Amino acid sequence: MHSIRALRARASKGTMMATPAARIEHLKIALPEGADRALAVDDVSFDLVPGEILCIVGESGSGKSMSANAMMGLLPDLVRPVGGRILVGDKDILTLSDKERRDMRGRAMAMIFQEPMSALNPLMKVADQIAEVYEAHGLLTPRERKDRAVQLLTEVGIPEPEKAARAYPFQLSGGQRQRVMIAMALALEPKILIADEPTTALDVTTQAQILDLIRHLQRERDMAVMFITHDFGVVAEIADRVAVMQFGKIVEEGSVDDVLDHPQHDYTRKLIAAIPRLSADRRAAIEKAPILAVEGLNKTYHTGGSMFAKGRVVHAVNDVSFVLADGETLGIVGESGSGKSSVGRCLVRLLDPDSGVVKLGGVDMAYMKGEELRRERKRIQMIFQDPYASLNPRSRVGRILSEGPMAHGKPKDEAYQRASELLELVGLDASAIDRYPHEFSGGQRQRIGIARALALEPEVIIADEAVSALDVSIQAQVLDLLADLKARLNLALVFITHDLRVAAQVCDRIAVMQKGRIVELGPAYDIFNDPRDAYTRSLIEAIPGREKELAAMTG
Amino acid sequence: MMGDFWKRFSRNRGAVIGLFILLLVVVVAAIAPLLFPDSPWRMVQRPFLPPFEMSEYPLGTDTIGRNVISGLAYGAQVSLLVGLVSTVVSLLIGIPIGALAGYFGGFVDDALMRFTELFQTVPNFALAIVLVAIFEPSIYSIIAAIAIVSWPPVARLVRGEFLSLRQREYVEAATLSGQSHAAIIWRQILPNTLSPIIVLASLMVATAILLESSLSFLGLGDPNLMSWGYMIGAARTVIRQAWWLSFFPGVAILLTVLALNLIGEGLNDALNPRLARKGK
Repeated sequence: MHSIRALRARASKGTMMATPAARIEHLKIALPEGADRALAVDDVSFDLVPGEILCIVGESGSGKSMSANAMMGLLPDLVRPVGGRILVGDKDILTLSDKERRDMRGRAMAMIFQEPMSALNPLMKVADQIAEVYEAHGLLTPRERKDRAVQLLTEVGIPEPEKAARAYPFQLSGGQRQRVMIAMALALEPKILIADEPTTALDVTTQAQILDLIRHLQRERDMAVMFITHDFGVVAEIADRVAVMQFGKIVEEGSVDDVLDHPQHDYTRKLIAAIPRLSADRRAAIEKAPILAVEGLNKTYHTGGSMFAKGRVVHAVNDVSFVLADGETLGIVGESGSGKSSVGRCLVRLLDPDSGVVKLGGVDMAYMKGEELRRERKRIQMIFQDPYASLNPRSRVGRILSEGPMAHGKPKDEAYQRASELLELVGLDASAIDRYPHEFSGGQRQRIGIARALALEPEVIIADEAVSALDVSIQAQVLDLLADLKARLNLALVFITHDLRVAAQVCDRIAVMQKGRIVELGPAYDIFNDPRDAYTRSLIEAIPGREKELAAMTG
Repeated sequence: MMGDFWKRFSRNRGAVIGLFILLLVVVVAAIAPLLFPDSPWRMVQRPFLPPFEMSEYPLGTDTIGRNVISGLAYGAQVSLLVGLVSTVVSLLIGIPIGALAGYFGGFVDDALMRFTELFQTVPNFALAIVLVAIFEPSIYSIIAAIAIVSWPPVARLVRGEFLSLRQREYVEAATLSGQSHAAIIWRQILPNTLSPIIVLASLMVATAILLESSLSFLGLGDPNLMSWGYMIGAARTVIRQAWWLSFFPGVAILLTVLALNLIGEGLNDALNPRLARKGK
């Protein structure tokens, strides 16, 4: 471990002499009037050096993507640069004409995006899309372009590149699509590669592969890479140098080891402290009566069937059984498509299970209907993922919190009284009751969502990716709040997440799901320190930043 | 919220002009009895008096000597009344049908949408003519006919909105908190569909005014009410001798419909700021 780090440090010292591939000097980018601040990017300077990966880290709204977009000339309409220079070679990109800039794109620098599905044209075959890059610059013959496309696909490690070249984007997996994006970016052998959250939309095992690939290609081609991310784990995996951004300014810049191990700025310290540690405590097993017992739960989806074609059957939940004790937190972790959300939705009956038993305090909820279901459902409530979509934009907070109790027969005055108590319980001011959701930040909205789930005084709460949409410092606050509430109100919690770090922090026991099945279920400490199932092991090994953290823990 | 709305609306200059024209028409319609105390059907001068000759009858007189400008003012009343009321009626038919179809889906959706298509397959105008002819031309039958032919697009729009909004997490949260279907439809989903409905309604008023004019042109208007369509219809045989008889009512229809369309576009910009065209 140490030898690799030393090598890396030497490598970056060696490149200190090299001339930067791009130089950003005192860049200022103005936001349109009425935005929350005047400058999206405020006096930012950094160099991109060949053979080095610079990670720009920051929370949402810190301006990290804007500087990348400015380099590519992709700023939104009303946002414009108002000062500074972006020098690539001897040219200042900000002063170039559209035509000159178009010529540089792809050739001098290329970009990969967060969402590989929307960045590829769904109606074009992969090979044609790569060939288009050459066509746009008037290079090669059509025949050669196709050959180069296959070569590039081989280089980015797509299995069966010949076949993938003839495929449409929807026929590839998320990770393969991102590889195609990378192949397109590399087509003209640019000196600079800009990657804007390229692994955020990917599952953790795929993310590890893509990070490896970027690292590998960067070394091989001696490129300068600007890597934008919000995830310090990813930074630890891939960065040579780190720049931390807050409110449009770079607050700290330095080598990866300096910034991660000895952060100087308060904000960096706060961000690093907020990352959930990757170690589960050894907790005493909870030996209380089970409140929720799930046995043999099944749910299948039938898709695309018609008179002529046989539909596809997806076994989203396959024979899932577990028990949740009173006051316990059970984590359900898995990658996208593992069926973890379907389990949660079957429990609260937003989905109807095909078969199985969901016993809540001795009553089977799985097939209840109508009025009976309406009454029983108040005992099991849900916290949703997206704090922006989970609150009705046209209702005041007071009404959002009191509608549930009122539907169960509570008088209006009492319900509103209770709503203001709930707001204080989740750490918001009681005056919030008369305001609309859009007046709150993401973290505050999630607190309102939690208050709503508590309004009916449930015994079990399902949290479906409840902190995934939040920035890391906000996420830490919301997790603390959940832990606090759980202890005070003696709640049992089913915590569904894709993020193993979060699961390690909050869960007593963890169920690992793959393709609709629970492959491993056990105390969190055992899952992280002694995983039995091969899939669990691969999940844990893929967590970004893990090696660095282990190294730090062992000294 | 309101301040933002006006700011975005007024950024669309066409919409402000449209609003100004519409206000003018509304004012004229409102004070028509004060401006022209006489009935618009009364003969006041010699027939075929050209416009701009006598200051008392600035737009001239028609084939039997009735005052054209007075007809225009009273016609504005009919146009606005028919446009507004028939739009309200078609919203009252279309919104519940679309809401139920979109919310419940499945069999309810199939049944209601097939019913809607029944009306969409018959050409609007032909159906309106038939309905008015069956019920005897009167202001009520005209409003009913226009409403009956114009609700299907409302139902389809509302259904689409409900289909997508019903998947939202806040609707699921409302379901979990034990609210009834009626409460979810009425309080959670419907308020969030208002923006596109308002935009559509402003355009429907314009279409209704055109339909009323076309019916009156064919002689299917209310025989007791002066309307722009009737004026053009009555003047069509003498269009070469007396151009002004069809020209001025035509301009009135054109301006009113144009104004409503401009307003609709402005409402769209103001209510759906994300869809608004860029660079404005």
